[in-house]
This record gives sequence, structure tokens and C-alpha cells, in this order.
Amino acid sequence: MKKHLSLILLALASTAAAQSRPVIGLSLSTLNNPFFVELRDGAKKAATAGGADLVVLDAQDRADKQASDIEDLITRKVKVIIVNATDSDAIIPSIMAANAAKIPVITVDRSANGGQVAYHVASDNVAGGKMAGEYIKKLLGGKGNVVELQGIPGSSAARDRGAGFNAALKAAPALKRVASQPADFNRAKGLSVMENILQSQPTIAAVFAHNDEMALGAAQAIASSKRKIVVVGFDATPDAVAAVRAGKLAATVAQRPADIGKLGVQRALTIIKTGKVPAKTVNVPVPLTLITK
Amino acid sequence: MSLAQTPSNPVRLTISRYGLWIIFAALVLLASLLSDRFLTGSNLLNIARQTSVNALLAFGMTAVILTAGIDLSVGAMLAVIGVSAALLDQAGLPFPLTALLVLIGGSLIGALNGVIVAYGRIAPFVVTLAALTIWRGVTLVMTDGTPVSGLSASFQNIGNADWFGLPSIAGVALLALGLSWFLLRRTAWGRGLYALGSSEDAARFAGLNVERLKVTVYAFSGLLSAVAALLLTSRLYSAQPTAGSGFELDAIAAVVVGGTSLSGGRGSVIGTLLGALIIGVLNNAMNLLDVNAFYQQIVKGGVILGALLLERLLNRS
Repeated sequence: MKKHLSLILLALASTAAAQSRPVIGLSLSTLNNPFFVELRDGAKKAATAGGADLVVLDAQDRADKQASDIEDLITRKVKVIIVNATDSDAIIPSIMAANAAKIPVITVDRSANGGQVAYHVASDNVAGGKMAGEYIKKLLGGKGNVVELQGIPGSSAARDRGAGFNAALKAAPALKRVASQPADFNRAKGLSVMENILQSQPTIAAVFAHNDEMALGAAQAIASSKRKIVVVGFDATPDAVAAVRAGKLAATVAQRPADIGKLGVQRALTIIKTGKVPAKTVNVPVPLTLITK
Repeated sequence: MSLAQTPSNPVRLTISRYGLWIIFAALVLLASLLSDRFLTGSNLLNIARQTSVNALLAFGMTAVILTAGIDLSVGAMLAVIGVSAALLDQAGLPFPLTALLVLIGGSLIGALNGVIVAYGRIAPFVVTLAALTIWRGVTLVMTDGTPVSGLSASFQNIGNADWFGLPSIAGVALLALGLSWFLLRRTAWGRGLYALGSSEDAARFAGLNVERLKVTVYAFSGLLSAVAALLLTSRLYSAQPTAGSGFELDAIAAVVVGGTSLSGGRGSVIGTLLGALIIGVLNNAMNLLDVNAFYQQIVKGGVILGALLLERLLNRS
């Protein structure tokens, strides 16, 4: 009898625990990058606050490993799968597998090109580009020649940041974009592309680079040319923040990876609590901040 | 000695393989005890699916390592072949033709490694390391660094289909296992590989065409890379220019855990299959058990090393 009682208690306790602590799966493209570590930490905090368990898997930037990771999450029957895809196409079959298993999917930071996704939580890169453009306008008093260093052509970050920046320029007719060149998010390319632009453009007042690596490369080229040009970057990497503090960069736009993780988990909790999954992907833009000296 | 013993005494070979079966069984038992989700039909199919690409590359790698060679270029070949297949598919070629072309192409670029090893007399490590770099570069040039997507339905289906309840990708891996086993154990070519790995000079004196053996064994590895490339590309609905990075190490790990000697002449594809399964089960079980992602890598390395040590001890006694 006593044994039975304890068994029943145990069963009750375990079902109670299972009910109160839903499990959410988080598949990250890589944890070998502080950005995603911060994202994970934000997600973990939100899960703890919401009374859920979070399973974190690291795809090590391998699309095939991510496919396996998501299969394992489906096997575990997690309540919601949050995905930061290594690649927007390669993730499609995995999302379709989750759809088939009736597990809602939320994408964070990088979107998916197929499958049913309930929410997409990502930085508002358009707003970030605009923020950079408006700051440059303020610094230059609304007029002057500006240069844009673009990220990898066709990548969503380059597209969105560029769109926001150019929208800000359009609103300021005295700001003139005299050059716009891709430097592929790469510091060495940022340096050499900026060197060429410095040769061809006699007057430049400001540079906006789609990421900090290019911004730091451009700042180096400008320093060797002894000209005075303000540079604004994007991402707020530790190197760039130090450069802003030292006055080498005017500003950098910071994403908030922890907020991306937090909002992703909060949406997952909403799905779990209400049982409602949006039929069409709902975009959740995460605001950015401008870091200046 | 190993030359005479290995092919002619399968009983003894089986016994010496027991160590590996024990490790595998222990791992499966442990995983089943720790996670109630592990020993389910759908999860076993997951493991089969997740192990297949590594197993395919590892079978080719086994043949190469039997000759005391190594093929570091399998992952990069997989990438260049996958991208080529995706581009051919996008150009509107019917899938069977695409498959045929890339299988031939894979064998040829594999054979190229063999030609340089055999006739250029350069160490396989160096040749295939250079090939890794070159093919990775070629892939990036071909794709400009971006994945190739938008595959035809028949291409998408080939790696995601079910054949009588078995994932097609695992079915292909099993076929490759059968083929590799047959070639290594039942043909003059296979015996030649063992002989070559035991002693190149002896093989030459015995009248074997050592150069031709080398060219064909690297071609075989290239062929299996091409098969893996088709399946992985299909499984991901896209060809990734970064696909296959690090796969050479996973394949070598499977081969070595599987008991094939890195100095050549001794080993089997059945052992390699077990090695690949041990690694696959480990990855899957750690995911199911929610082992911290960083610790997973440490555990994996530790188990690979542990399996080797244990197997040595069991074989010695």
C-alpha cells in the first residue's frame, strides 16, 4: 500500500512537473561567436522566468548537423522549436519535418525560405541603417559627401541596412552619396576598397559601413590618408566599441542579441500558453541602439 | 603476417571485432536507460539518417587507409560535386543524367588525387590536403559563396524518400556497404589493397600494379563522395558551398574507431560502419539528453579515444 502510494505520488509529481515545465528547443547556427552566446543567454533567462526548460543545440555552422539537431528535438517532442538557421534554404526540410510533427517553429536572427514559421524574431536592420544615416546627417549638419561600404551583395543584412541608410539619405537632399561599393563584410576588403575610393573622391565627409569589420578597415585607410572623415559601423563588435571610445569610429549600431533570444522564447511561451499559432509568419522586429562616444 | 591473416581468417577477425560490438552495445544500452526516447522506431531512423553521409565517406576512406593512404579531400569534393549537381539540375538536366554525370565526375577528381599520389610520388596527406584547399576554392568561385537552391522535385526527393520504411539515404549507405565489403573481401582488387597497405614493395614484387591500385582506390573514394554529395544536397534542398567542412575528420574517426589501422593493411568496412554508428549514436543521445553543446565535443573526442584504447586492450588479451 505504502509502495503504491509513493508510486502514485511520484507519478503525480512527475506529471505536475511535466505540466509546469514545458520544454522549448533552441537550435543555434553556432555558439562559437559571442553574438549567439548572448542570444542563448537572453533566451535562457526568459525561459527560466517563464517556467520553461530550454534545450540548446549548437550546429557548429554545419547545415547537416542542424538538420540532425532538429530531428533530435522533434524526437524529444519539445513544445516549440526556435531556430537560428545556418542557411535559409537548407533549413526548409527541417522546418517541414517539425510542421509534420505539429511542433510550432520560430526563427530568430535568420529567416527561413520555406516551411511554416509562426514568428520571425530579428533585428530591425532597416531601422538600424536609418539610424546610422540620421546620425551622419546630424554630425555633418545635414550636408556633405558620403560613402557607403556594402556587405556581401544579396545578403539580407546588406540589403536591409543599405535600404534604411539610403532612405535616411533621401530625406536629406544636401547629403550626397558619392560612392557605394561592396566590401563583403571583410576588414581587408574594407581597407582596399576605401583606399580606392579615397583616390577617386577628393571630398568625403562620412562613411557608413554595413558592418564593423569594413568600418575598421575603412578607418585604417582614412588614417593613412590623413583626411578627416567620420566613419559609422554596424554590429558593435568589441573592436569597434573600443574604436568608438578611442575616437576612431564615430558610432556603431548595436544589435541586441539577448533581446532576440528573449523575445523568441517569450513568443514560444505565448504559443504554449494560448495554444494559438499564427497561420502566417508574424515578424517581430527587435530594436537596435546606436553606440557613440 | 597481417596480409595472410586478415582476408583468409574471417572468424578470427570477427572475434577481434567483438570489442567494438561490446562498446556499441554498451552505448546503446546506456542511452536507452538514460532517455526513454532513444529506443523508439523514429529515433533509430533518425540515427540511420544522421549516420549515412559519414558512413558513405568513411567506406571510401577505409579503402584508402587500407593502402596506408589518406584522403583529406572528401569533404571538399563533396562540396564541389554537390554544387555542380545543383547547377546542372538548375540548368534543367533530368536528375538521372545529373546523377550519372556527377558520379563520373566524382570518380575522376578522386582519380586525379590517385594519379598525383602514384605517379607524382607525393605523400597522400599532402596531395589530398592540397586537393581539399583547391576544391573548396573552386566551390566558392562557382557559387560566389552563396548556397545554390531551387532544386527540382526529383532531386529533392532522392535523399528524403522512404524505401520500404527505411530512409533512402540509409538504404544507399547500406548498398554502398555491401558493395564496399564485396570489393574489399571478394575481389582481386580488394586483396591488392590489403597487400599494398601491408608492404608496397612486397605488393610490387608479387606483380601487382601498385600505381593502378592507388589511382582506383582514390577514384573509389571520390565516387562515394559524389554519392554522399547527391544525398546531402537533396536532404538540405540546397547545395552549400561550406558543406562537408570537417567531414574528412569525422570519416577518419569512424574508420579508426572501426579498427582499421592507419598504417594500412588491416581493417574492414563492417568495423567502419560500427565506428560511424558509435559516433552517430553518441551525437544523437547527447542531444536527447540535453548535454551542453560545448561538452558534447569533449565527450565525443573522449569516447573516440576511449573506444580505441578499450579495443586495443580487448584485442591484446
